Amino acid sequence: MSVLIFIDTAEGHVKKVSHEVLSYGAKVAEQLGTTAEAIVLGAVSDDLASLGKYGVKKIHHVANDTLNNLDAQVYTKVIAQVAAACNAKLIIFSNNLNGKAIAPRLSVRMKAGLVAGAVALPDTSNGFVVRKNVFSGKAFANIAVSTDIKIIALNPNAFQVITGEGIAEVVPFSASVDAPKVKVTAVNKTSGEIVLTEAEIVVSAGRGLKGPENWGMVEELAKTLHAATACSRPVADAHWRPHNEHVGQTGYAIAPNLYIAIGISGAIQHLAGVNRSKVIVVINKDPEAPFFKAADYGIVGDAFEVIPKFTEAIRKLKGVA
Amino acid sequence: MKILVCISKTPDTTAKIAFTDNNTKFDVNGVQWIINPYDEWYALVKAIELKEADASTTIHLVTVGTADAEPIIRKALALGGDEAIRVNADSHDSFYIASQIAEVAKQGGYDLVLTGKETIDYNGSSIGGMVAELLDLPYISLATKFELVGGNATITREIEGGEEVNEVALPAVVSAQKGMAEARIPNMRGIMAARTKPLKVTEPSAADPMTTVTGFGLPPAKAGVKLVAADNVEELVRLLHEEAKAI
Ligand SMILES: Cc1cc2nc3c(=O)[nH]c(=O)nc-3n(C[C@H](O)[C@H](O)[C@H](O)COP(=O)(O)OP(=O)(O)OC[C@H]3O[C@@H](n4cnc5c(N)ncnc54)[C@H](O)[C@@H]3O)c2cc1C
Ligand SMILES: Nc1ncnc2c1ncn2[C@@H]1O[C@H](COP(=O)(O)O)[C@@H](O)[C@H]1O
Repeated sequence: MSVLIFIDTAEGHVKKVSHEVLSYGAKVAEQLGTTAEAIVLGAVSDDLASLGKYGVKKIHHVANDTLNNLDAQVYTKVIAQVAAACNAKLIIFSNNLNGKAIAPRLSVRMKAGLVAGAVALPDTSNGFVVRKNVFSGKAFANIAVSTDIKIIALNPNAFQVITGEGIAEVVPFSASVDAPKVKVTAVNKTSGEIVLTEAEIVVSAGRGLKGPENWGMVEELAKTLHAATACSRPVADAHWRPHNEHVGQTGYAIAPNLYIAIGISGAIQHLAGVNRSKVIVVINKDPEAPFFKAADYGIVGDAFEVIPKFTEAIRKLKGVA
Repeated sequence: MKILVCISKTPDTTAKIAFTDNNTKFDVNGVQWIINPYDEWYALVKAIELKEADASTTIHLVTVGTADAEPIIRKALALGGDEAIRVNADSHDSFYIASQIAEVAKQGGYDLVLTGKETIDYNGSSIGGMVAELLDLPYISLATKFELVGGNATITREIEGGEEVNEVALPAVVSAQKGMAEARIPNMRGIMAARTKPLKVTEPSAADPMTTVTGFGLPPAKAGVKLVAADNVEELVRLLHEEAKAI
């Protein structure tokens, strides 16, 4: 018996969320008195053995080039083979974009109950119960899984990475791999920028900024903080900012360590996408803005005056003139 | 082309979230129900656009739910769609719901099954993938664009920090999100037509749920906001650094 953790990669590199699921999986394995193993698919250029520092003992590597791109159907069959070979009773994914594509399929294939969007370690004191976010982060539900094999898809940023000592044993696994039906014809990356859904700090602005010409200072603040930029929905709808910055109920749901909201009123649909952030700072000229109720720190003031001072103060803190 | 669009009913985005029966049930008191935004704005409208481009397209809607889902499915029919199927069941288990949808899909022989990105109440983002596996079809998740080129679809899906263009032969299952289409409002003609469009009710097929909800809870309330004067931004930076340890 084992806990099997899916290591998600992009262009041969292990994604940051994989460190979270490895730490989480190792912790659950410890709780269940079993070992944590992992699976990685396709060509990988990072050093896999060093991932042992997150508590994983063994990594099954299916280094078949067909698996360099995601085809959820093909991936599912390969993961099922590895899971059967190592007698996995629990399989762990990140509830990130690829996790959402694969975990539900695997759940059907392995008749394994899935908890998608888990935010805590399972409670195994009485059955197997996992807490997940529901109502777009406005509440949580406890989900009991009744199948023999179980799958958890852990929300990004919901579990602290635990780093220890250790080297994982990396073993090649030769799986039978179907020909993919999905052909990847192009990959377009928003170059060089910090990925919004993975960012530790996010600087977000709304209609209070008045127009796209005023975003320079927002970007400057973000750059100083090494943060990603985001925006409210009307801002994306008006094409002041690209759609991939829109956060909220109908945009991205994010959970950074720090979310700075400037000139955003804090409508419930906006909060639904950001209320899992650890620390929220609100800058708004209206003291009655609903966002202040969800904030940890706030400044009632004019964005155009506060932002440059904010950037300046951070530069000072970081010792850059 | 035959398209099946999966429609779910969710509480309005501004609904008050509360629980009853010792925190085991969602409090539906005073809740307004809507079509799940992703299903309506993106999956359904995309299907309608495909029909507008090719009039021989038929659109069927499916919902797994009790009779109180009918106003929702009528509203979806008012936006577009030729007929609807309601599988008469009440479940929150994704596998159970997916099994019902897969059964409907098998009967209908669809070229394309569209779901929304996720339900805004349950947030599973799971039904599409499960349906695809049950039907042994390719699944493109979280699609932002969809184009037909002959019997093939060119689909753009979101990846971390960008997007990926996929090509796949139909039939396939696709989950839709922002970018796929622009939200529409039903017009009077659509509303009138929806009254007479067929809405078939079927009984569920056998499927064993894999999960149950044992209870709900609300996240701990915030301690309250700490306000800093606008002319003292250094103090905010100090607090973020020393107290919150966030920068
Ligand atoms: C079904 C549905 C889904 C939705 N999904 C989303 C979603 O995913 N994401 C989302 O963001 N919205 C969403 N919305 C829209 C949401 O309800 C709000 O309309 C939206 O979030 C408001 O954006 P805003 O705060 O930028 O603009 P506004 O509400 O116009 O607020 C602007 C704020 O800026 C402040 N301000 C103005 N000038 C200044 C200044 N000089 N300095 C400082 N502050 C200033 C004002 O006091 C105000 O609080 C959705 C709505 C619906 C119905
Ligand atoms: N009860 C249901 N009936 C029909 N379709 C549903 C139902 N529940 C979910 N779906 C579809 O599956 C998508 C994903 O739902 P979920 O996996 O619950 O987040 C939704 O956007 C709908 O398109």
